[in-house]
Amino acid sequence: MKKKNGQSDILKRVLVCIRPHGVLVLLSLVMAVVSVILTLYLPVLTGQVVDLVIGPGNVDFAAIFAIMKKMAVAIIITALAQWLMNLFNNRIVYRVSSEVREQAFRKIEILPLQYLDTHSSGETVSRVIADVDQFSDGLLMGFTQLFTGVVTILGTLVFMLSVNAGITLVVVILTPVSLLVANFIAKRTYSMFRKQSETRGEQTALIDEMIGNQKVVQAYGQEAHVQEQFDEINKRLSKYSLRAIFFSSLTNPCTRFVNSLVYTAVGLTGAFSAVRGLMTVGQLSAFLSYANQYTKPFNEISGVVTELQNALACAGRVFELIDAEAEVPDPETSDSESIASDKISVSEASGKFPLEMLPANPGAVTLSHVSFSYTKERPLIEDFNLSVRPGQRIAIVGPTGCGKTTMINLLMRFYDVDGGSISIEGKDIRSLKRKDLRSAYGMVLQDTWLRAGTIRENISMGRPDATEEEIILAAKESHAHSFIRRLPQGYDTMIGENGGNLSQGQKQLLCIARVMLTLPPMLILDEATSSIDTRTEIRIQQAFQTMMQGRTSFIVAHRLSTIQNADVILVMKDGHIIEQGTHRELLEKGGFYAELYNSQFVMPA
Amino acid sequence: MWKLLKYLKAYRKEAVCAPLFKLLEASFELLVPLVMARIIDVGIQNQDTAYILRMCALMVALGVIGLACSVTAQYFSAKAAVGFSEKLREVLFAHVQALSFTEMDEIGTSTLITRMTSDINQVQSGVNLFLRLFMRSPFIVFGAMIMAFTIDAKAAFVFVVVIPVLCVIVFGIMLISIPLYRRVQERLDRVVRLTRENLLGVRVIRAFCREPQEIKDFDESNDVLVKVQLLSGRISALMNPMTYVVVNFGLVALLYVGAQRVDSGAITQGSVVALVNYMSQILVELVKLANLIITVTKAIACGNRIQTVLEVPTGCVPPIAEQLSNAARDLAGAANAARADSALGMGTAVSSGDNMENSDPERYGFKQSGSDAKPAVSFDHVTFRYRSAGDDALEDLTFTAKRGQTIGIIGGTGSGKTSLVSLIPRFYDVSSGSVSVNGRDVRDYEPDELRHKVGIVMQKPVLFKGTIRSNLLWGNEDATDEDMLEAIRAAQAEDVVLAHADEVKAADGATLLAGLDAPVEQEGRNFSGGQKQRLTIARALVRHPEILILDDSASALDFATDARLRKAIRELNMKSSKPSAQKEARQGLKSQAGNAAAANDSAMTVFIVSQRTSSIAHADQIIVLEDGRVAGIGTHEELLKTCEVYQETHYAQFPKTEAAEISEPAAKRNSGKTVRSGQNAGKEVLA
Repeated sequence: MKKKNGQSDILKRVLVCIRPHGVLVLLSLVMAVVSVILTLYLPVLTGQVVDLVIGPGNVDFAAIFAIMKKMAVAIIITALAQWLMNLFNNRIVYRVSSEVREQAFRKIEILPLQYLDTHSSGETVSRVIADVDQFSDGLLMGFTQLFTGVVTILGTLVFMLSVNAGITLVVVILTPVSLLVANFIAKRTYSMFRKQSETRGEQTALIDEMIGNQKVVQAYGQEAHVQEQFDEINKRLSKYSLRAIFFSSLTNPCTRFVNSLVYTAVGLTGAFSAVRGLMTVGQLSAFLSYANQYTKPFNEISGVVTELQNALACAGRVFELIDAEAEVPDPETSDSESIASDKISVSEASGKFPLEMLPANPGAVTLSHVSFSYTKERPLIEDFNLSVRPGQRIAIVGPTGCGKTTMINLLMRFYDVDGGSISIEGKDIRSLKRKDLRSAYGMVLQDTWLRAGTIRENISMGRPDATEEEIILAAKESHAHSFIRRLPQGYDTMIGENGGNLSQGQKQLLCIARVMLTLPPMLILDEATSSIDTRTEIRIQQAFQTMMQGRTSFIVAHRLSTIQNADVILVMKDGHIIEQGTHRELLEKGGFYAELYNSQFVMPA
Repeated sequence: MWKLLKYLKAYRKEAVCAPLFKLLEASFELLVPLVMARIIDVGIQNQDTAYILRMCALMVALGVIGLACSVTAQYFSAKAAVGFSEKLREVLFAHVQALSFTEMDEIGTSTLITRMTSDINQVQSGVNLFLRLFMRSPFIVFGAMIMAFTIDAKAAFVFVVVIPVLCVIVFGIMLISIPLYRRVQERLDRVVRLTRENLLGVRVIRAFCREPQEIKDFDESNDVLVKVQLLSGRISALMNPMTYVVVNFGLVALLYVGAQRVDSGAITQGSVVALVNYMSQILVELVKLANLIITVTKAIACGNRIQTVLEVPTGCVPPIAEQLSNAARDLAGAANAARADSALGMGTAVSSGDNMENSDPERYGFKQSGSDAKPAVSFDHVTFRYRSAGDDALEDLTFTAKRGQTIGIIGGTGSGKTSLVSLIPRFYDVSSGSVSVNGRDVRDYEPDELRHKVGIVMQKPVLFKGTIRSNLLWGNEDATDEDMLEAIRAAQAEDVVLAHADEVKAADGATLLAGLDAPVEQEGRNFSGGQKQRLTIARALVRHPEILILDDSASALDFATDARLRKAIRELNMKSSKPSAQKEARQGLKSQAGNAAAANDSAMTVFIVSQRTSSIAHADQIIVLEDGRVAGIGTHEELLKTCEVYQETHYAQFPKTEAAEISEPAAKRNSGKTVRSGQNAGKEVLA
């Protein structure tokens, strides 16, 4: 939101988005021209008829019939052209908005976690959905009306000139006034629309937060309080909306008023010309309808302009998301890609790593002089060194907030190190493709995440091609099978967003089954069993142990009982390793670990 | 949709005025062709320039009045539409807040969010346009017809044919479109869900390298959305060309009839021009109407979706509060209490004596009562099943927790621990049996009153945007700084607050007090899991609840912190109750637990759900759950002797060798095993 995209920049971006549909745009334009010209031709024909209808007994029916035939053909072709134009426009708009949406979604997939962790998901969703929606609505209006509008204005000018140049001049001089008025209003409403859009985002974020955690809200009886908060934003939103809507809706009456002035002026000059015999009544009638036709698009254009303002404001927000700095791209053989990442301040070296491949079944992990912090002001991990041999079990313990989870963020390269390096089998992880790096690890997080879908889909997420037997085996190994079996539809039971009715522990079991199925060469368990009962946990540990034979694993745990057989226990405090060794060694040392351990295992009497 | 219109009531004045002023404007507009006809027929015919000038001045005047009317109308309609949607959002939000947990589980969050945002926006623009145009357009259409009649009845019959045909087209397309727009909105829901999932599950998705698959899924559902959008677009694309054809053929017919009428001398040339003018006015209006119809059909489809949410009944039924049924339940409760007591098999004289009080008719006056060990929470043959689940989550659960007691709940994953504690604040209603708080069925409480007694810390810790202070105030709006600091200390959250204190630019530096105003981002994003847990515990403690429920809420805390936390809660509890008897009671907790802990009425009843036996070892009662059934109830020592599930759990956490060295209870393990065969009879009933 820092970057203030100018309206014209956004417009350029929109045009770029439309470019792939050039053929359709061209066809639509042709149809617009055809329908407009014929629409304009109609009043000429009507005028001719009127001139043939002079008075009682003075009507040339034969000539009238001839003209009417022409009219009928013109009408049918016009309607056809209009219809085709509508179809083309629909296609262009929906395709463009769907492409923009897809672009935004693709961006979400490669945004650094830094961005996602610091932006509310509700607001991002509002950008991908509501803003794109508004944008496409605006675009559709713009297309159908701006197009025909412009063509109509040009066409009318030509027709009017062919009939009477003097009166045309009157029309041409007066009409821009309405454009000025419209422009004046539009300029002022843009900021109001932007405010409205921002407040809307704020409201969506609140809705997301509160509805998403409705249970806590209810548990604390905070409904009234939250409602108050909501009402405040709601009031604000409606204030901005009222302004935006009212001021933008002024455009129409104002331009209409200007039009009626134009109409009167045409009537006046036309009538005087007619009095002087410079034009026929039929021509005047044609002119009057031209005056209408000519000014109407100005109305519409101004209406469209306000709509487009709104659309542009929304498009701006979407583009902000699309333009957000992506993750440093995976190293490529060519150097061109790395240029894009120059702006990333994280590391002067980022993006300059030649692409390397991981060997099959990697296991050696080295961290040398790693430093990292989420915010510059507060250093978290400093000069962190660790060397892991293949097949070692590394346990990380330490008080809450000591940086355990951060370690995992770094190992998985969710975040890039600020200094130092992490390497696997001697290869800097920044020189690997993320896909290669991440598929080398199986990860189970404390924060369970499941998606709406069947149990089966959730388990096989890491390996969609897994067979039924494999899935059930993984579920059995993770001790999820027994509860799944008891669900109404077993493995085909649909679970709601983020697990629905499953208990926290059940969700964790599913997450473990998910990893069991992928059999990764290395394993990361971040409090993976914190919500699972100890008996089951021990069994799962055993399953992990068999599975992990000869594989490197990183385990974050509070329950020290589960990590006693680890090859290396790292005791972390405030981002540093303060102790390191096996369980026995650390106990004998009698330091921080021993203290932690005793506090857990001495049953306070 | 139509039911929603009642929220427009507060803006009745605006909603009436907007179309009214629009009508005024339209009427002035309708006069214009007449004036023009006069100019042609009178002014040009008679070469009367003064007359032409006068008429032109009249037209300008009509324009000015039209402008004034129209601006007024725009203001009223914007005000009504915005006010309406404001009210609608407010009502919908309030309604969603009142939905019970069961309904929330069923409806799902993301569809609620779309309905609150994009759907309401659509309704708002629908109402706005509706007020401005829906009266105006038909008025102009029919007005033009009536004006045509004033010119010439015979020629006007063309209008009589054209207008019904137009109506059929317009409404036909509208009827076909509405269900299509609903489908569009449904498809949109799916796109929303995928987007949300990818934002929330980003770590898992990237860890599994699912990005390409996710993109594919998204593209697919996006494609489906576009297809429906195109289909509905194709239908509405017919509107303009069809109306164009009808109106213009009407025009041709009008010219023909007009020519005949002029030929026979019935009307003048100027009249024909006026008639043609009216026909083209109809066309202009129809173009507007077509756009309106699209917006309004969308709005109706969206309005219906909002309506369906509003029609979901809110789950919590206010108390039945009928003395009769109350009395009946009392009787049953007394009987059950006795049964429960024997079932508990704890056999201590104190506890059975306490349970007898269950039948005490005076127990509604719980606050003043000075006697000890009132039942704070009792479950009476509770069976509970989630609405969509196939199996009971809890089966025939009976126990009583006395005031001041600490109740440990332990059991395997999915054994029903969370379900059990969710019943106490009545997040869900029992399927059969009853849950009582202070001897009163939870269904007889006002939800607010009940939930005010309970402080619950959920498994998933959530904080809300604001400051630490604003989050703590959720627990208790009247809390002083001192109260908050006390709760923070008890919840072992001092370092969390201090760590964030430097974000506050306070004069006195990073103090605990300054830390209270540290900002909290949406859903507490700027705090780690463990930090959030401790703050949510503090939030519950600030409330000084009668019943504190910790639902595995120490899972992200290390053992030392966990132990300190429990100690602090215990001390906090003691501080508020009579200190003298308490400490001794704690030491000799085996025998006198019930007695001493309940020595004071204000004592907190604490439920601790945990996986760790060490967290609950000191509880006065431990309930061991397995598959929704009670596997054992008793103290740590009793259960170690008698309950196999508990033994297994405990020794899994305290392996023999280590435990034997350090832990005294573990040393008794062997003897415990032998005692098991001689466990008391009551236990067997449960097993």
